[in-house]
Amino acid sequence: MNYVIIGNSAAAVGCIEGIRSVDKEGGITVISDEPYHVYSRPLISYLLYGKTDEERMKYRPDDFYEKNHVKTILGVRAEKIDSGRKAVVLAGGDSIPFDKLLIATGSRPFVPPMAGLDKVEKKFSFMRLDDAKALGKAITKESRVLIIGAGLIGLKCAEGIRDRVGSLEVVDLADRILPSILDEAGSAMVRKYLESHGIRFYLGDSVAQFGPGSAQLKSGKRLTFDVLVVAVGVRPNTQLAADIGCKVGRGIAIDERSATSLPDIYAAGDCCECFDIAGGCERILAILPNAYLQGETAGVNMAGGSKCFDNAIPMNAIGFFGLHVITAGSYDGDAWVQSSEQTYKKLVTKDNRLKGFILIGDVARAGIYTSLIREKTPLDTIDYELIREKPQLMAFAREDRAVRLGGAKR
Amino acid sequence: MKRIYVNEKWCLGCHLCEYNCAFANSGETDMVRALQNVKIHPRIRVEGDNQISFAVQCRHCDDPLCVKSCISGAMSVRDGVVHCDTDKCVGCLTCVLVCPYGAVMPAPDGGVIQKCELCTNNRFGEPACVKGCPNHAIVFEERGVQ
Repeated sequence: MNYVIIGNSAAAVGCIEGIRSVDKEGGITVISDEPYHVYSRPLISYLLYGKTDEERMKYRPDDFYEKNHVKTILGVRAEKIDSGRKAVVLAGGDSIPFDKLLIATGSRPFVPPMAGLDKVEKKFSFMRLDDAKALGKAITKESRVLIIGAGLIGLKCAEGIRDRVGSLEVVDLADRILPSILDEAGSAMVRKYLESHGIRFYLGDSVAQFGPGSAQLKSGKRLTFDVLVVAVGVRPNTQLAADIGCKVGRGIAIDERSATSLPDIYAAGDCCECFDIAGGCERILAILPNAYLQGETAGVNMAGGSKCFDNAIPMNAIGFFGLHVITAGSYDGDAWVQSSEQTYKKLVTKDNRLKGFILIGDVARAGIYTSLIREKTPLDTIDYELIREKPQLMAFAREDRAVRLGGAKR
Repeated sequence: MKRIYVNEKWCLGCHLCEYNCAFANSGETDMVRALQNVKIHPRIRVEGDNQISFAVQCRHCDDPLCVKSCISGAMSVRDGVVHCDTDKCVGCLTCVLVCPYGAVMPAPDGGVIQKCELCTNNRFGEPACVKGCPNHAIVFEERGVQ
């Protein structure tokens, strides 16, 4: 059996480990346009922050490919898939034949058309290791940095460089920061904290016109800067799949087995859309755990095993300057909120199920809540009032605990 | 593989396991020196009320969500033990987000996580909590199930 993987990040690693859990022999080839040993993409902000380095941000050890008998073709772009001949065509014209293919092409930064952007000399995206390296080189202690986008990527970038630059300003069209994971109150709390670390926000605003070193905002304000980071959002890399007729919605459509609409072709990670069981809809869940789990599921199934990943939800653990934020699921339902000066907690329930939560400041044992969402635990089978106060196993029935902790058979 | 199992009927709620855990992971050789006037941060935690109590620590799952979700590649399974390479950990707490047992926690000095590694990562070599449990409410044995 001949396996080919386009992409070399979390989904690819999940796929390799999934294949090898079933098939120790088949040939695996990994193709990536990045020239690096597999590294953790979300760690690029920690690299600038000084909390890791290139060596430690390797997502798997140096001998990973060798141990798993993986052939790597790195620094070379996969140009197209020839589905008739079952081969991946590389830049330069070489063809790599496959029996089973994984498309794990990830996503790319989305840079909307902005007037005068071409006049900005030092502008960066924040997605890949090379972006972080280039940004790291461009900034100095005196740099005035402007970030467009107050989402996860923009703000992790802000944290990463805050202490290495002179000033840091963030503009976002949304009226609050981290709108994809936080409600209004939670967002205000994190914003206040970030402001106390010297980050200035211009929300509900956008750039009308860039000049060299300046940005004229729609509101009329004018900002000056030395370095610009555009972190407005990402777009899934679906072209290779779309070209061969794979079903593509917002991302490449996959089922619970990570199979695309075409035989022998699988897809995983940020290039895909999948079913979000909390929101009850197909969507792109561009988070590393899903990428790994989808990749692993694909790998097992490609190798002839049988695996389903059928409880994907949006979920994030993120922190800024020591303030931790953990969120998961959907916020559509009945909300229960508890907050203090330092902490914020919101649990959302609907139809006797926990659907989502936001924890800021105190995030201890958050996974107990996450598992209630993913396992769709009926809340009337546990002591919900108890677990609402604090995530704890005491809220489960004694028999259930005997299984979880005591080794009893279910 | 051998795992820690709890029998809540026998748990006295004495919290000795927490102290033994803190001592085992302190790097100290003297228990008094390790624990006197120190706020402990054990990797095993006793839960419960006046009637029921039980200890919770990493289950070393066969299909560990924390390992598969770890964004830095710091977590791995070594001979069945779920291990965190704290040199690689950046303390993002994705493992805290996904652990269904609430058994992974931030380390007290911040910056990285800590969890039970069955005392394979300290000089005790086998679980200090089990050894010190006065009523055998926690045991370390092979049962073939989780």
